[in-house]
Amino acid sequence: MGLSRRVGFYQGLKYKGRGPMLHWMLHRVTGLAILLFVGLHVTASFFMQQTGADFATAINIVYESWIFQIVVAFIVLFHALNGLRIALLDFWPKFQNHVDEHRAIWLQWAVFIPLYGMTVFFLVTRGMGGS
Amino acid sequence: MRARTVQPAASFEYFMWIFTRVSGIAMVSLAIIGLAGALWMGARLQMDLATLMRWTFFPNPNHVVNSNIPDVALGWATAFWQIMQMLIIFFAVTHAYNGLRVIVEDYLGSTFARPALRGLIFLLWLFSLIMAVYVILAS
Repeated sequence: MGLSRRVGFYQGLKYKGRGPMLHWMLHRVTGLAILLFVGLHVTASFFMQQTGADFATAINIVYESWIFQIVVAFIVLFHALNGLRIALLDFWPKFQNHVDEHRAIWLQWAVFIPLYGMTVFFLVTRGMGGS
Repeated sequence: MRARTVQPAASFEYFMWIFTRVSGIAMVSLAIIGLAGALWMGARLQMDLATLMRWTFFPNPNHVVNSNIPDVALGWATAFWQIMQMLIIFFAVTHAYNGLRVIVEDYLGSTFARPALRGLIFLLWLFSLIMAVYVILAS
């Protein structure tokens, strides 16, 4: 059901939902971003393959650059790890007897930061090196 | 505090709730299979990280054309990876358009726009699946 909401964006941010709410918001935003990115990319690849259109090649050249992949890696990795956390807590609620929902978020970032940090490090160093 | 056991009604929404989580886990598993497969086929010496990431997201031979692989048709462009691509496409496209539907319907009441947008998203879902399968089979 659609509710009538008279809540602005900044009021919404100040709502004391803390970690879980902020991650829920970021999950939605990154989800829409992935839909936009992958949808455009599949469309561009289709036209590149079939008609060799210039705009399609231009889009894919942007997508293949290492700078863009730093952004995509953040969005996809966050969405994937956050989704795994949600699936874990939903399918195995007893996990919360050991690790409550706030600790689960810290655990998620403990996995995210090394993985993403390593990815960015190698993308930047290799990208600067020109390979 | 003990968790309460509730048997939800077997509705479309409940099925999609389950599907979202199952397909999410499936996509992570498929990405790990793609990454492991690439490394097993020698990606460590033949690819830069960006190419390896592209292959991990979607194991399509067009994703590795700029690397040092001598012959992509050997190993990289096989029926196995085509099946993997189709599985990823099915899970990803369905997961994505269902997510879009959930977000859209969160902000819509019971107006005409709701079934209209639901229909539009269904058509986009079908169109995306067909286009992606075409790209997979043609590459």
